[in-house]
Amino acid sequence: MNPVFLYTLTGLGLFTLGLYALIIQSHLLRKILAINVMGSGVFLVLVALADRAQSALYQVGPDPIPHAMVITGIVVAVSASALGLSLMLRVQAETGQTAFADEPVEKPSKTL
Amino acid sequence: MNLNVINKSPKYNHHQSPLKFLLIIILSVMISGLSYAVLILPSQAPGLSVLAVDNIDKSGVSNPVTAVLLNYRGYDTLLEMCVLLLALVGVWSLGDVPERRHSLLGVVRFWPQSNKPERRHSLPGPVLDIFARLLVPLLILVSGYLLWIGAHAPGGAFQAGSVLGAAGVLLLLSDWHFDHHFSGLSLRITLIAGLGMFLTVGLLLLLEGRQLLEYPPPLAGVLILIIEAAATLSIGFTLASLFLGGRPMTQGTTQAMTQATSQATSQAAIVRPITKDQQ
Repeated sequence: MNPVFLYTLTGLGLFTLGLYALIIQSHLLRKILAINVMGSGVFLVLVALADRAQSALYQVGPDPIPHAMVITGIVVAVSASALGLSLMLRVQAETGQTAFADEPVEKPSKTL
Repeated sequence: MNLNVINKSPKYNHHQSPLKFLLIIILSVMISGLSYAVLILPSQAPGLSVLAVDNIDKSGVSNPVTAVLLNYRGYDTLLEMCVLLLALVGVWSLGDVPERRHSLLGVVRFWPQSNKPERRHSLPGPVLDIFARLLVPLLILVSGYLLWIGAHAPGGAFQAGSVLGAAGVLLLLSDWHFDHHFSGLSLRITLIAGLGMFLTVGLLLLLEGRQLLEYPPPLAGVLILIIEAAATLSIGFTLASLFLGGRPMTQGTTQAMTQATSQATSQAAIVRPITKDQQ
């Protein structure tokens, strides 16, 4: 099998694993980690498919456009994770829960 | 805000197995479809790389990835800088920097200086301290190198900014304090420098009668380097500020806080004699 497709299928597997964990796990930290795994899968697919330009047919290196998208995507994913973690800490501070409850939870009295 | 957040909470994990099986089936169908879609792609495709390489002489740089980031698709990168800034604004809007945070290295203090004795023993060990002192200048040097080399080899603003951000995170983890002077206006100016430089260059080019971010080929290399330098600073400081988890205290807010506490103590001092009289 062409190594390009091996990497692409690995990326797809990572994406699906992340999606599974995102749905199954209710803990918010695990959801954020699952979204990160999904993002890594997407990046792997993009970088792997960019390598298809690097062949004898076309005398050029790997396609730079997906590479540029992945570079910015990684930094944006990090900042989005940071925002997600801050929101999670806020949810935990407000409700004392680390997951979204099915029914509304009573707000505990604040201890200052 | 403590480590309870990452504790296991088994009570949330009630999932009926039929639903789980249904989910596994749906995801299997999804991954089969996606795999099929990927496998029928031609194994050799130039994408846009031929176009990118053919126009590299006009882009001002010789690294095609940097040319894509800062020249061909500069508008994309401009909006990505906006996303970074928005994420930081989102984190800051959730509150100030937590006064006390737990980390793997013990309790780490941030800007609010505290004299409480319980926090004095949270200083990092000598190994981490010396390691940070050695590594941070090196990281700044590497960041500058990556920024410069980005014009003709792998590197560029985002990589350099990430290294700079890592240096900032290392400093924060090893319990360095920054003066409040730096967390006010100067920090905010650094955070928007990248986006501001991008927009300034773009608008100046518009006034010249060109498209937004359409660099004139002779000047392209210089303009890209200027934008990248500002973007590196902004990305690095944004990542380090995101790590703080809240809006850092500025000199004004700390003064207000100390005033409030001193007022409270003076009020307490006033109140105390009255209660004594009542007794």
